Amino acid sequence: MYVAVKGGEKAIDNAHAWLAEERRGDTAVAALSVAQIRQQLALAVNRVMAEGSLYDPDLAALAIKQARGDLIEAIFLIRAYRTTLPRFGGSAPVDTDAMVCDRRVSATFKDAPGGQVLGPTFDYTHRLLDFKLAADGEVPAVPQAPIQTAPTPHIMSFLDREDLIQSEPVGPETPPDLTRTPLELPADRALRLQALTRGDEGFILGMAYSTQRGYARNHAFVAELRIGAVAVEMDIPELGFAIEIGEVTLTECETVNQFQGSKTQPPQFTRGYGLVFGMTERKAISMALVDRALRWKELGEDNLGAPAQDEEFVLYHADNIQATGFLEHIKLPHYVDFQSELELIRKLRREAQTMQEAAQ
Amino acid sequence: MNMMIDPNTDRKAWMGLLAKACAADLARYWERFGAMPDHVLLRAPEIGGVMVRGRAGAVGAAFNLGEMTVTRCSVKLADGAVGHAYVQGRDKDKALQAALIDALMQTAAAPQIEARILAPLRDTIAAVKATRAAKAAATKVEFFTMMRGED
Repeated sequence: MYVAVKGGEKAIDNAHAWLAEERRGDTAVAALSVAQIRQQLALAVNRVMAEGSLYDPDLAALAIKQARGDLIEAIFLIRAYRTTLPRFGGSAPVDTDAMVCDRRVSATFKDAPGGQVLGPTFDYTHRLLDFKLAADGEVPAVPQAPIQTAPTPHIMSFLDREDLIQSEPVGPETPPDLTRTPLELPADRALRLQALTRGDEGFILGMAYSTQRGYARNHAFVAELRIGAVAVEMDIPELGFAIEIGEVTLTECETVNQFQGSKTQPPQFTRGYGLVFGMTERKAISMALVDRALRWKELGEDNLGAPAQDEEFVLYHADNIQATGFLEHIKLPHYVDFQSELELIRKLRREAQTMQEAAQ
Repeated sequence: MNMMIDPNTDRKAWMGLLAKACAADLARYWERFGAMPDHVLLRAPEIGGVMVRGRAGAVGAAFNLGEMTVTRCSVKLADGAVGHAYVQGRDKDKALQAALIDALMQTAAAPQIEARILAPLRDTIAAVKATRAAKAAATKVEFFTMMRGED
């Protein structure tokens, strides 16, 4: 229970003034620009866009600056801003087959058409601190090679041609939207994917890891991981046709998982899918694993009672803004609540004491 | 496959280019072009969001991925040509310039606009993309097959 109380305005104003000063830090150190954050902390910016569910690198960088680097606070700012925007419409589904890949690797086929393109990855670094970065910002020239003109087809399409992979059912052109209608269960796959792509990276990672450790194990191979830019196209009512309205960088992960089959159906591999704003590889792989675990019902698997199979558990706890909102509210004044608890415990103790005395 | 030629191909191409162009580049070329045609605003520049969608498994049912910021604007020139713009980001000047260019591209000024604004924008974007693609190509793995023991 909450009771309107007055007071504290002065303290709040002063706290905010101090917050602003602490955010700026020592003025002898140059202030951080939004452009610097966007350019040099790009993966933090990507995470804020993905979980803030709004693709706008400048806004995400501003939010990170305002939040003093607290990414969940930054995501909160982006979510709040997002609600103020009028919705112009929905895009056509992006064509990730046409992605201009900065990175594209497959753990299943060494010689896939298009090849293994590593891109600007942390993989194969030794995870040793680089003290040169503390000294200067110089970088050597990046090697270049002749551009590949051959298309980079999805690796799943080869398995699909042989009918070795379960086919993906089609759905309505306008999918359900959990930002417009509260999430209700059971959720279809479109809703689950929306909840997962904007879910907390740490939570989705933990859930995905649990499936690898044996909770609803479904043995995932990363058939393909691709990162790059795709055009976004939308129908424009005043024109009567679709145009490209921009370009977004996405990370896509497709997993090929343990096969299933029956007396009537020959065995086929199954699949999980991750698609996330920005260069967000860990999140996209995690999303694909959790997506696959949540598909147990439609794939006719047993419910093993694993957390990652429990759609209510996963979807209702994946959103870090909902979670932090409810979690952090308990530090706000609950004076009246607690007063009544205090009254109650005193009364119970009095009664217990009275009974004890009467018994003696 | 429908073999009919889409009458809107050219307009789609320039509108898409303007949507993706860097606002600072567009502003620079627009300023250098130097003409502010007489126009009325049919829709003043307005910032909003578009829900970007993907497909489950890249080929299946559509799902909502998240929104992106978009600014739109519509103008009408003195000669009656109507221009529209839907451009990425939150730059109202960019949206206005893009709408004016869309309108001007329907007038006799089209070759001028094409040469002095659209072509340089297209070249800039192509150069950036080519550099990224060349860097990516340099990270392509060349496998060496090791000698096998059984031969």
